[in-house]
Amino acid sequence: MKGSTLFATGAAASVILALVLTRVAPSEYFFFAAYVVLQFIVLATAWNILGGYAGYVNFGSGAFFAVGAYTAVVLIKAFDAPLLLQLIAAAGVTGLMGFAIGAMTLRLRGIFFSIATVAIAVICETVVINSAFVGGSRGIAILQPTAPAWFGSYTRLLFAVMALLAVLAVALARYVQTSWIGRGLRAIRDNEEAAESVGVPTLKLKLFAATVSGALMGVAGAPFPLYMSFIEPTSAFSLNYAVSALAMPIIGGTASWLGPVIGAVLLGSLQQIVTVTVSSELNVLIVGLLLVTFVVVAPQGILGLVRKVVGTGAVR
Amino acid sequence: MPIELLVEAVIAGVLLGCFYAAVSVGLSVAFGLLDIPHIAHPAFLVLGAYGVYVLGEHGIDPLLGGILLIPIFFLLGVAVYRFYHAVFEKRGTDAGLRGLAFFFGVAFIVEVALILTFGVDQRMVDAPYIGKGLALGEFRLPLRMLVSFGVALLLTATLSLYLSATFTGRAIKAVAQDQTALALMGADPVRIKQWAFGIATGTCAIAGALLIVVGPVEPGLGRLYIGRTFCVAVLAGLGSMPGTLAAGIILGVAESVVLTSLGASWAPAVAFGILLLVLAVKPAGLFGR
Repeated sequence: MKGSTLFATGAAASVILALVLTRVAPSEYFFFAAYVVLQFIVLATAWNILGGYAGYVNFGSGAFFAVGAYTAVVLIKAFDAPLLLQLIAAAGVTGLMGFAIGAMTLRLRGIFFSIATVAIAVICETVVINSAFVGGSRGIAILQPTAPAWFGSYTRLLFAVMALLAVLAVALARYVQTSWIGRGLRAIRDNEEAAESVGVPTLKLKLFAATVSGALMGVAGAPFPLYMSFIEPTSAFSLNYAVSALAMPIIGGTASWLGPVIGAVLLGSLQQIVTVTVSSELNVLIVGLLLVTFVVVAPQGILGLVRKVVGTGAVR
Repeated sequence: MPIELLVEAVIAGVLLGCFYAAVSVGLSVAFGLLDIPHIAHPAFLVLGAYGVYVLGEHGIDPLLGGILLIPIFFLLGVAVYRFYHAVFEKRGTDAGLRGLAFFFGVAFIVEVALILTFGVDQRMVDAPYIGKGLALGEFRLPLRMLVSFGVALLLTATLSLYLSATFTGRAIKAVAQDQTALALMGADPVRIKQWAFGIATGTCAIAGALLIVVGPVEPGLGRLYIGRTFCVAVLAGLGSMPGTLAAGIILGVAESVVLTSLGASWAPAVAFGILLLVLAVKPAGLFGR
């Protein structure tokens, strides 16, 4: 089978599997945990489009995630908007935010760009803390609507939605990677001046990558208030999202769409297990240690290690 | 805002600003002069504060504790730089992304390690100058801010003098300008940078002591100081010591005025707001090299 056909089959199979799972249902906790892993697939894939392909390190993923979540809260509070509308609105708002950080790449590179994204994260958090409409620093409770009969519970519906989003995000990342856009972004990462001088439309590509990356992060966050039934700034803007969004692609391998997926599944599952069995502080420590270890020992991530052993080309 | 309140805010801001300069001088050296993406600097500050806290439990004065910790932090800095150099600078490829991720990970590990050891509760120290105030006409100045003001000025002045008047200090400035030229003069740029990074980390011991003198510390405090220290270091113009002092005071006054007029919950955004503004308008800073 050709690569694209194989990928499309796998994507369709994943969505069907998710839908079947909501019927077969091992336990309610399974969906609660699997949702988080899927959410990290979206977040890691989104980060990788700008960070991995183009080499612009975003430390503010948590802000995009939280702004997506709070966009949904505003819509729910204002006129009880349906989930689909929340997702679209979140993508729009954080896509605009992404466009803005894309425009910043005009002047800022390397650490300056990264610090600016931290700045945006803190400013967004401060604004939310001072906004009484969305609950301020105390947070706000959101009621889950009743789920359609097929799903049984609303968490299962959200699980299926997040599975669909994860597949869409990965398909988008794969398209970007294998098309001329990906080649252009890689040229920007390796040498921006050289890329510009041979006619790569660097600004257009960076704006595109930043917008897509931002919109996907917002989409990952949009169902979060309904999933938790509660949202407050400290957990929504948690540094854990920023670190995970960056650690998962680096651990999996930033060169290919498969890297963030591997990283998110491994690290996400590990986090769920450690949080339940030991403590949530320890799980955060593990993410940090793994990140530093991989950056030092295996800069190409798990995919790079596999490629060394197997000795084949890039995963398409 | 009434004028008395504004004057009080500005005075408090200047004191606070000198403290911000003290916590940022290390970054001005490591990031400003050596071009190392040292995001873990604020985490080392908090580490220093906790070191002082542990010594304080044994009855050692925080400032003395800070001085006692300098050699340890110096060695820590040397070790971190040697590692960073061997793994990233030497290999060259993709050092930007991976170096950033490395220091980000280190900062994160330090924070979580502190949480696992000390818990998330705030910690503070006891000293004769903490909790007292000095009446100055109508204004009352907290003595701990005055102490930190004095130490901060001393630290910045010493470092400034060291960089401009001693042989090694000038070599550090030279390595910032042209590494190859320095190597051609017969000096080893790696050894100079290692020494400089050691000094930069050493200042975290003293600055960490000031951090816990000025107020209680918690493991997550480092995140707030990413904004403040980078704001000061960038606004200063990378690597300038007088610039660091000026930038610290600008940030201190701005934060203090916002605190008085809008309330404490807006204060954290001030540093990042100024930082974004500087990056957008004048990335070379006030005293750019």
